[in-house]
Amino acid sequence: MYWDPRAEKMPQKDLQEIQERKLRAIIHHAYEYSPFYRKKFREIRLNPWDITGVRDLPKLPFTKKQDLRDNYPFGIFAVPISQIVRFHASSGTTGKPTVVGYTANDVEVWVESLCRSLVACGVSREDVMQISYGYGLFTGGLGFHYAAERVGATVLPTSAGNTQRQIELMKDLNTTVIACTPSYMLYLSEYAAKIGTDIAEDTKLRRGILGAEPWSEETRRRIEGKTGITAYDVYGTSELSGPLFTECTEKHGLHIWADHFLIEIIDPETGEQVGEGEKGELVVTTLSKEAMPLIRWRTGDITIMESEKCACGRTHPRIMRILGRADDMIIVRGVNVFPSQIEHVLMQIPEVGEHYMIILERAEDGLDKMTVQVELSEKAFTDKVADMLELEKRIAEQLKAVLNVTAKVEIVNPGTLQRFEGKAKRVIDKRKI
Amino acid sequence: MEDKTLKQVSVFVENKPGRLAAVTEKLYEKGINIRAFTIAEAGDFGIIRMVVDKTDEAYEILRNAGFTVTLTRVLGVEVEDEPGGLYRIARALGDANINIEYVYAFTSGGDKALIILRVNDLDKAVELLEKEGMLFRGRID
Ligand SMILES: [Zn+2]
Repeated sequence: MYWDPRAEKMPQKDLQEIQERKLRAIIHHAYEYSPFYRKKFREIRLNPWDITGVRDLPKLPFTKKQDLRDNYPFGIFAVPISQIVRFHASSGTTGKPTVVGYTANDVEVWVESLCRSLVACGVSREDVMQISYGYGLFTGGLGFHYAAERVGATVLPTSAGNTQRQIELMKDLNTTVIACTPSYMLYLSEYAAKIGTDIAEDTKLRRGILGAEPWSEETRRRIEGKTGITAYDVYGTSELSGPLFTECTEKHGLHIWADHFLIEIIDPETGEQVGEGEKGELVVTTLSKEAMPLIRWRTGDITIMESEKCACGRTHPRIMRILGRADDMIIVRGVNVFPSQIEHVLMQIPEVGEHYMIILERAEDGLDKMTVQVELSEKAFTDKVADMLELEKRIAEQLKAVLNVTAKVEIVNPGTLQRFEGKAKRVIDKRKI
Repeated sequence: MEDKTLKQVSVFVENKPGRLAAVTEKLYEKGINIRAFTIAEAGDFGIIRMVVDKTDEAYEILRNAGFTVTLTRVLGVEVEDEPGGLYRIARALGDANINIEYVYAFTSGGDKALIILRVNDLDKAVELLEKEGMLFRGRID
């Protein structure tokens, strides 16, 4: 099933032509109307006419999160506020907040993009879709809301939190699809089990569209095994509009709608483009956004691109599951570590649960000390200290093999580590810099 | 078959202040008597091992309180309260190629010391100790 078959199955040659044309147009639009881009282009003496097509992308400067903060609230906007129909904003945990604005057409492109994605992962008008992403300034709730309605599904706008009620409504109103974060899905299934509800047996839930935080294949298998649902990955950030791209039913990468978004993968250190199939930071140029065009937006997300046509028939390129956040990257004794790598290791060890915390400290000798806390699974507990020490040692060895840095492993009682309903904050950094 | 072993309650505890107290408090509240008790510590965690009068009840109480609990079969052994008592058992088990994994004392009055043993071959140990007349056959209460 396709939402917009003409666009989704468009020959790649035609898609490229659209990209060439729209890239030139967006560069001129940004230069003419966005004070930020005009200043930036002038600083590096770049004439918009110098950009003749996609091959000139490397001549263009990157746009970073800091640029959005520095130009808060309206410095990047390329339309008058009277044309803006909506704002979303993120709170500034580390400084100033950022705001994004949408024209009516921006909302339209966002909703249409997500409609294509929802249909690609099997959502239809027969579905009851529970949206457990936060509504409000966060783009997750409203983004899914409008697309699900347009697809014709029955929307249940529960927003985040109040898990007891979420489960009651899920049962009473026969929810078939849920949209939430993977960590909330795990929490929800645990909570359901605690109150005697088996998601697989006692509900009609069959699909989950999970994202807004990096997760792993192992987490997917656990969620699917526990709940009997099929879990699909979704990607999108507020700067690009909100949730936009999901996996198709092939579950091998997320389709990026190339008529609206032009993607590159770069080496985050050098800024150079990397080859097809190589890991790097996702950089996106928006081709259709009017209110806040973004040129070479550094997403900070690490992934791999695949441009070959998909078995589902869609011609648009795919990105693989996000491997980690460049921002989340922690440096331990000079080694780059992604929390997602730690998650990946833990998920393959059946004796421990899904939840973990990473604690970073500076030891008395001045060296970094990393402690990984994991929850012991009840079945794995024995009365012998040696067994438990052996388990800690085995986890530590596997972490060392993947991370190239030593971590101390501490097993703790099940259910004692913090659960996250929104974005997970699994790193506690106590080091004094 | 008549059960000649004892059931031990084993509890996983993180090495944090108050955890040990939390375990014993839960049992005390429900009127459960702890008859033998030891804690094996290993850095960031410890394992409490205990023999109580109402084992199944204790298991449920602790589980419901969120602890990680398991029941383990162990041996109770009566030893004359005189020099060499424990040595006789250790030697008898050693001669039969049975390993003692851990041992701790039973808190009880009387002239005989009671010892809790965890061995690697339970059936063989029961048979041997019974023959030697050292197996504890009393009731835990
Ligand atoms: Zn596909």
